[in-house]
Amino acid sequence: MHILTNYQHHTNDNSPINIDIVNLSVYYGKFRALAEINLQVHEKQITAIIGPSGCGKSTLLRSFNRMNDLTPSAHTEGEIRLDGQDINATGIDVVDIRRRIGMVFQRPNPFPKSIYDNVAYGPRLYGVHRRSDLDGIVENSLRQAALWDEIKDKLHQSGLSISGGQQQRLCIARALAVEPDVILMDEPASALDPISTLRIEELMHDLVKNYTIIIVTHNMQQAARVSDYTAMMMIDEQRAGNIIEYGKTDVIFTNPKDKRTEDYVTGRFG
Amino acid sequence: MTHFKELITRNLSARSRRRKATNAIILSLTGLVTLLALIPLFWIVGYVILRGGRSINPALFTQLPRPMGVEGGGVLHAIEGTLIITILAASFAIPPGVLAAFYATRNPNTPLGIILRFSTDVLSGVPSIVIGLFAYAVMVKPMGHYSGLAGGVALAILMLPTIIRTTEEMLKLVPQNLREGSLALGAPEWKTSMSVLLPAAANGVITGFLLAIARAAGETAPLLFTALGNERFDVGMILRSGVQAGQSVWQIIGRIVNQPVDSLPLTLWKYAQQPFPERVEQSWAVAFVLIFFVLLINIAARLWIESRKRRLQG
Amino acid sequence: MLRVFQHGDRPWQALITLTAIGVMVLMLAIGWLLWNDTVEARHAFGWTFLLPTSDPSWNPISNKFQSWPFTYGTLLTSITALGVALPVSLGIAIFLAEMCPAWLRTPLNWLVELLAAIPSVVYGLWGIFEFLPKVVTPIGNTLSSLAHIPLIGRFFDGSIPVSGASRLGAAMILTIMIIPTITAVTRDVLLAIPGSQREASSSLGATQWETIWQVLIPYGLSGILGAAILGLGRALGETMAVTMVIGNSIEGSLSLLRPGYTMASIIANEFAEAVTQLHSQALIEIGLILFIMTLILNIIARFLVWRVARRIPQEARA
Repeated sequence: MHILTNYQHHTNDNSPINIDIVNLSVYYGKFRALAEINLQVHEKQITAIIGPSGCGKSTLLRSFNRMNDLTPSAHTEGEIRLDGQDINATGIDVVDIRRRIGMVFQRPNPFPKSIYDNVAYGPRLYGVHRRSDLDGIVENSLRQAALWDEIKDKLHQSGLSISGGQQQRLCIARALAVEPDVILMDEPASALDPISTLRIEELMHDLVKNYTIIIVTHNMQQAARVSDYTAMMMIDEQRAGNIIEYGKTDVIFTNPKDKRTEDYVTGRFG
Repeated sequence: MTHFKELITRNLSARSRRRKATNAIILSLTGLVTLLALIPLFWIVGYVILRGGRSINPALFTQLPRPMGVEGGGVLHAIEGTLIITILAASFAIPPGVLAAFYATRNPNTPLGIILRFSTDVLSGVPSIVIGLFAYAVMVKPMGHYSGLAGGVALAILMLPTIIRTTEEMLKLVPQNLREGSLALGAPEWKTSMSVLLPAAANGVITGFLLAIARAAGETAPLLFTALGNERFDVGMILRSGVQAGQSVWQIIGRIVNQPVDSLPLTLWKYAQQPFPERVEQSWAVAFVLIFFVLLINIAARLWIESRKRRLQG
Repeated sequence: MLRVFQHGDRPWQALITLTAIGVMVLMLAIGWLLWNDTVEARHAFGWTFLLPTSDPSWNPISNKFQSWPFTYGTLLTSITALGVALPVSLGIAIFLAEMCPAWLRTPLNWLVELLAAIPSVVYGLWGIFEFLPKVVTPIGNTLSSLAHIPLIGRFFDGSIPVSGASRLGAAMILTIMIIPTITAVTRDVLLAIPGSQREASSSLGATQWETIWQVLIPYGLSGILGAAILGLGRALGETMAVTMVIGNSIEGSLSLLRPGYTMASIIANEFAEAVTQLHSQALIEIGLILFIMTLILNIIARFLVWRVARRIPQEARA
């Protein structure tokens, strides 16, 4: 039903779409980091964004929840429609966007508060103060993040006192606690050991039943293992990031339409 | 799950509006408070320049005070006193300060290194009046009289922690390979320190000296019972009479530093409390001179640091 | 690193080591001297010198000395100054660290530093002729309406002298003078907090203020407390400006609005003229108390700032 895409776009199944990016460009000062991105993200699926270093994957990811706004020199053009509403429009409640689109970062970054207070941080911002309510939310979020059983007796210990893999799941629980619709993951396992990485990937399979997940990863095997759809990014001659191909993951990895995609996923460069 | 979602999104837009309003109000308050805090700065500097500037005249810088109640005269004695005490203080504080800084950068984790850091911290927190008491006890009492020398010692103790700290910080910024290169070439440690590290850190170190000197020159409390004050202090006269009497350089210097001496801040303090309007106006003029030099040194130090930063980046 | 001793090296090592020892000796000497030169006074007065009393005496003629009026004046003015300076400094530090556009930061930092560079006597001079009459007296007059409030009312008893010379004047000037100290340390503490904390908070939908208040300040709380204590230490030792605006009176009232005296001021005013040994020693003993107070505060402050610095590497471990 929509747009001109200037790249190989082959996700023409009828799975519903909840995020629709139209001609998105992001500038840092005068430098254009992302050039006319067009992308449709499918609801309750895992979409991976892959590509060589520096091609703008993180910038694209951070556009979804307007985290680029935090960089003073950043400037965005184009539309990102979440359930039909453009989040880049003036007058939009950025605070609510960030609630609906949560983020997990490359290095776990729990607050130096107790595990309980880490997870309860978000709900408290939104006015939930009753102990019983918070207890319920904390438990529910930690269960969804597959962390509850491991730390249910340690809720009042510092969030920094647990292992790296557990900290990352704590950060996931923290993001889940505000009832988002979408979860963004920026190389969520790159700072973790292989076992923790596997656990995060298993977690993603459970979470996607209820949330749309978009993951940036430089690990192609991970993208192939985990995602339903994959978008391949590269920089053009002006060093601006572009999506060069987007489709179902198995197609991208077994039968890519663009030669550059094929070169990348077969490891000819990267 | 819908129960939780309902908890979170209850009254969402009203809450969001309130949170954003709070955010905007409090953050603009921080800007306001910053402005407010700078008002005294502009008020003091502005008023001192206006009122002190009125009384600035050449006589101020070239004449000794006239008797009380008589118009005119100047604060030459205080200018000379400030210069002498400051030079003494710098000479007493800088060499040990730099040496101690070398020790601190070289041996940060030895017991003595830790004690040194601790002592420097303690010394920097000692009230200046207490340092004056100390200098009184070790200089004035044994010598039996007040003196510029004792004042110099007091100010030197005041300056020492600052000099150690800023020199150490500047030395730490010197790239390691400079030091290793020099040592690898066979230069002994003392030569490396003095001919390679110190010059490399020179800009920042000298800036540190200047700022410490500026601070010391503005101090009053430690001089209250060390240098005490001396309205008849006249270096010119000491020099002339000394030369005439055939005294040696050391003897003349001895006469200069070994008697009570005034300083600009001391004079300001004394004059401000006197019932004579001319004296009060002179104290504003002295304030003008003090502020002028403090600003001058601070601006010079700032420009020096900025130009050095630009050189490093450019 | 292989250390090869060269000609001239050993004397150099000895020299810098001796200097380092010298600094330590200096610190010890100050403490020892203050203790030693107050022997007679301490034996004569014991603890009564220190303790609060409703009928303090400071009498060089009858040789009866108690430091309470001065201790009270120092504590009241310094703590009041801290109470006002801390939120103000926090606000400025937040502005400088989190809000301020980059180009404005350096000049503003420098301006705040400049506040600290103004000599104390100049503050005092401006205090006497400008600040007291134009700011302190009006505020004092307004505050005296609080005298009827139970408990805290006695800090606002009586009326402020027309000249404005009062503990309130001293507290307000001290506030201005310690703001640069507290601001600089707090700002550095905030700047040292990793950006990942701000990102985590923002990504959950927090406003900037919520991030500052609920994440950054708790994170850096030890450091901020350390800054406050450093400021308090500075206020305790401040002499000239306070002496010039506090009124130098041993009048018994507890009120902020009345003239008072501080420990540093009494030493400044009387030491050069003290005739009897007991008088001198009493003054030195006040100096000793000041020294111990600032020593303890300094140690606590450094410890607190050290604790925040230690936390930062902890987060980088994944």
